[in-house]
Amino acid sequence: MAGLRLEGLTKRFGEIAAVDHVDLDLPPQKLVCLLGPSGCGKTTLLRLIAGLETATEGRILLDGADLTGVSAHDRDFGMVFQSLALFPHLTVGENIAYALKIRGVDKATRDRRVAELLDLVQLPGVGERRISQLSGGQRQRVAIARALAIDPKLFLLDEPLSALDAKLREKMQVELRLLQQRLAVTTIVVTHDQREAMTMADIVVVMNEGRVLQAGPPLEIYRNPADTFVADFIGISNLIPCEIVEAGTVEVAGHRLALADMPSGLAEERGAATLSVRPEDLHVLPVAQGQADGLRGTVAFIRDLGASVEISLDCAGQELVAVTTPKERPAVSVGDTAGIEIPGDRAVVLRG
Amino acid sequence: MTGARMTLRDGLLPAFPALALVIFFLIPFGIMLTVSFFHRVPEAFYEPAFEFANYARFFSPFFGKILVFSMFVSACAAVLAVVIGFPFTYFLSQMPRRQQIPLIVFLLAVLSLSEVIIGFAWSTLLSRTAGVSNLLVWVGLMERPEAFTPSFTALLLGLCYLGFPYTVLVMYPSLSRLDPELPEAARMLGASPMRSFFTVIVPCLRNTIVGTLILVFVFTLGAYLLPQVLGRPQHWTLSVHITDQAIFQSNLPFAAAMAIFFLLVSLALVGLTLLVGKDTETAA
Repeated sequence: MAGLRLEGLTKRFGEIAAVDHVDLDLPPQKLVCLLGPSGCGKTTLLRLIAGLETATEGRILLDGADLTGVSAHDRDFGMVFQSLALFPHLTVGENIAYALKIRGVDKATRDRRVAELLDLVQLPGVGERRISQLSGGQRQRVAIARALAIDPKLFLLDEPLSALDAKLREKMQVELRLLQQRLAVTTIVVTHDQREAMTMADIVVVMNEGRVLQAGPPLEIYRNPADTFVADFIGISNLIPCEIVEAGTVEVAGHRLALADMPSGLAEERGAATLSVRPEDLHVLPVAQGQADGLRGTVAFIRDLGASVEISLDCAGQELVAVTTPKERPAVSVGDTAGIEIPGDRAVVLRG
Repeated sequence: MTGARMTLRDGLLPAFPALALVIFFLIPFGIMLTVSFFHRVPEAFYEPAFEFANYARFFSPFFGKILVFSMFVSACAAVLAVVIGFPFTYFLSQMPRRQQIPLIVFLLAVLSLSEVIIGFAWSTLLSRTAGVSNLLVWVGLMERPEAFTPSFTALLLGLCYLGFPYTVLVMYPSLSRLDPELPEAARMLGASPMRSFFTVIVPCLRNTIVGTLILVFVFTLGAYLLPQVLGRPQHWTLSVHITDQAIFQSNLPFAAAMAIFFLLVSLALVGLTLLVGKDTETAA
């Protein structure tokens, strides 16, 4: 089980490199999310893997076998398209059986498999219906069933849930993840929604401008973003200008802060850098409780959402956000000066 | 006051198309219908009457054959034009937009050619003295130049040429609106490009194809110059005979009767096609 391997994969459209020297190793039976803003090349990367685009440079290897020169229709992958692309002239059952029919599977087996798949996506008994008679969520499930009909070697999904409303989307994310784990099929999902990626993925690949910025388990990326773009894109982060004064110590607004560890690439560097702190790691305290010489800020706004409390602070011209629970809400109000604590083990120093 | 104005405007809006329809279509059709029952006066023109003689004359093996032939040749031209035009338009719609525009402009330019120019251009192209057969001789495919016109093939070719730009223009909007992910989905499911074309693209555009067939069929039915220029007398369609009766034989009542009958038969055929299409759609 070697999984999917991309070697120096590049796709240029004229002068523009939509995918720029991507090297990736994706393990089998896992769910991988390609995450990035629109235009970052994630969809092009998926289409290269699918065989719908031809790479300008580089190779794609599946279980060690080179896929260059294998047509999309010979790859035996399943794909769910952004528009779903269900065939309007066929019934639900005929849509699902399309791939089987092409492979010469007999009618009885096809019918059995369609029923099986409709059960799998929790839509039993709709095989005779027309696509136009289904709701958005049902179409989504049919598209998934159709892509899974042949037990694909790779299951590819291009923004599969973008057409659904927010509530249904959250529900489908969980269902899709559970389905993927049950079938243990190697899956690649393209999404621009970091929440979706965090919900479903074993591995998140963050992309921007055709390049892979970071690939790893979602929490690892959340805790240790590789750069300011990743820190900003995955969740909310306070990006605070700081200065590296010595290995393991930075200075923020004139206050020294000892960090638990330093990214290896920055150990030798000195000077301007950025400190990334997640809002839930930033502690706000009434001045009386804080250290006498600690970091100070003015409370600019408090957003009490019931389940959580967001405190916006102004710290020497820098806007900071802290999130806490109603229980742990500090006794501060708008306009107060408050103490700010940044735990050294939760802050990440980044270049730039 | 405003209420009154509203009703006036509300009444006028639908009245305009209704009026246009009456003036430009219903009244001329009425006149033609009336004339079709008139009595023809030989050596003169016609006199008002109410007789079925013109229709009766039409029900002869001679005109029956002409009617069937006219339908047949137009149906052939429509099918051929669509068979060539559909893949053409599909590939056109797949091209980069910048390359599509000059081709479409070119097609529009072809539309500006009249039937007369198309007819004589083809008759020259297919002639023995100046035609393509000379080219074939030069290449070595033929021994001596030959005239391909007048013939049934030449007529069919001319009618196809006449109808082709329309097939492209009618099918282009639907084809360019077709979701490009549909054929891609078919490919991911294992269909070769050819198979995806026939199992997905063609069925998805069935209504457009049927509509285009009807349009070209009806359009070429009305061609009355091409059969004379590119065909032999036995290839003359009903349109030619109507023209002949109306202009050269001065038999307007008979020409009107033929035109009415032709119209009814074409309408019935088109209706039948639509009905068959509807049936298969609900059955599927």
